[in-house]
Amino acid sequence: MFNILKELIYSSGVVSLTGGNLVMWLVAFVLLYLAIKKQYEPLLLLPIAFGILVVNLPLTFLMEPEHGLIWFFYHYGIEQDIIPPLIFLGLGAMIDFGPLIANPKTLLLGAGAQAGLYVTFFAAILFGFDLQEAGSIAIIGGADGPTTIYLTSKLAPHLLGATAVSAYAYMALVPIIQPPMMKLLTTDRERKIVMTKLRPVSKLQKICFPIVTGMTIMLVVPPAAPLISMLMLGNLFKESGVVERLTNAASNELMNIVTIFLGLSIGATMTATTFLNPKVLFIFFLGLFAFVISTAAGLLMAKFMNLFLKDKDKINPLIGAAGVSAVPMAARCVHKVGSEANRRNYLLMYAMGPNVAGVIGTVVAAAILLKNLG
Amino acid sequence: MPELIAPLAGNVWKVLVAVGDKVELDDEVIILEALKMETPIYCDDAGTITELKVTEGDAVEEGAVLAVIG
Repeated sequence: MFNILKELIYSSGVVSLTGGNLVMWLVAFVLLYLAIKKQYEPLLLLPIAFGILVVNLPLTFLMEPEHGLIWFFYHYGIEQDIIPPLIFLGLGAMIDFGPLIANPKTLLLGAGAQAGLYVTFFAAILFGFDLQEAGSIAIIGGADGPTTIYLTSKLAPHLLGATAVSAYAYMALVPIIQPPMMKLLTTDRERKIVMTKLRPVSKLQKICFPIVTGMTIMLVVPPAAPLISMLMLGNLFKESGVVERLTNAASNELMNIVTIFLGLSIGATMTATTFLNPKVLFIFFLGLFAFVISTAAGLLMAKFMNLFLKDKDKINPLIGAAGVSAVPMAARCVHKVGSEANRRNYLLMYAMGPNVAGVIGTVVAAAILLKNLG
Repeated sequence: MPELIAPLAGNVWKVLVAVGDKVELDDEVIILEALKMETPIYCDDAGTITELKVTEGDAVEEGAVLAVIG
């Protein structure tokens, strides 16, 4: 009897628990709290937190290569780069490039806001990260979860948990991080600028955009193809207007399904041994730095463009902050800050131009990093 | 007659007035929802609501007439 009990205890995970596991439980519980109580990106944070929790239960072997259940999700979904492009398919089926087509100069804002990536790349190298790690950390500045995961899984898979969580964290924290910077870098008068009405965009233009832009980007930067091709296909579904079922499948069911596997797999990469490492703190810090510089670069780029624009065409520099690719959080944030300065200022759609341009900009930046470092 | 125009595309989330209500300049008349964000639309004129062109749940384009103020 005693022997059976002893056997049971030794074969259980309890005796194999480490202090690190307990710390990771704590991390998981904090994330669960943030997801459920505070509703910060719950669709992702909830599966991530649960993934962290279960992978830190000893002897479950959920992430054991070739055996563990979640390892298979991770291997086929993320290591083989299936999930991030599928998320982009759904994203493409949801976003409207109309504001960008109507006001193509906002493309410059989406490109300008990538400056934080390059600054951070060099900062990370100074902190002692190798080139591949530095590239994966820098991309956090785009505040684009799927692109960050895509790039990190190729360049520095051991950092995946940390870069993914910080990218999603800064996406969720846009309404907290961006407004103080917007107010610091713009004057009250600038924030009050009401922009001239966007020109109407025809259906034909909207249909041509994903085809022409997609082909151009893939010809110029071929490594962007997996993400850009799916993004543009999703958008073509939407704009063609003839495959509503596919549009809905891509943006709802498929997106929801892959989100489950994405979150769970990302969480499961965070074992105590990989995550409880001083480097991770630096990653969060450098990621924040990247995001802040990108926001500032977008705002300053918009102010710079205004130097060359006639009075009636001046843009509200706040929309520059939407050049980071957190869609649509950054655009919402611009709208809110703009309406605080002038309650008849409705910047939402104007901010969507740079915001969708930011998505493209971050993918292109990732492709350039991949080409040179991969 | 002055018209209240939708400044951005979205769905009508809440209609805060009824036909016959008196409204002042800057009153909140309608709340539009776009990209999961509520955007209040303010009155440009004082007067009485003579006609409501939308009801809650309608999708409106930018520039659409939401209400007529007499």
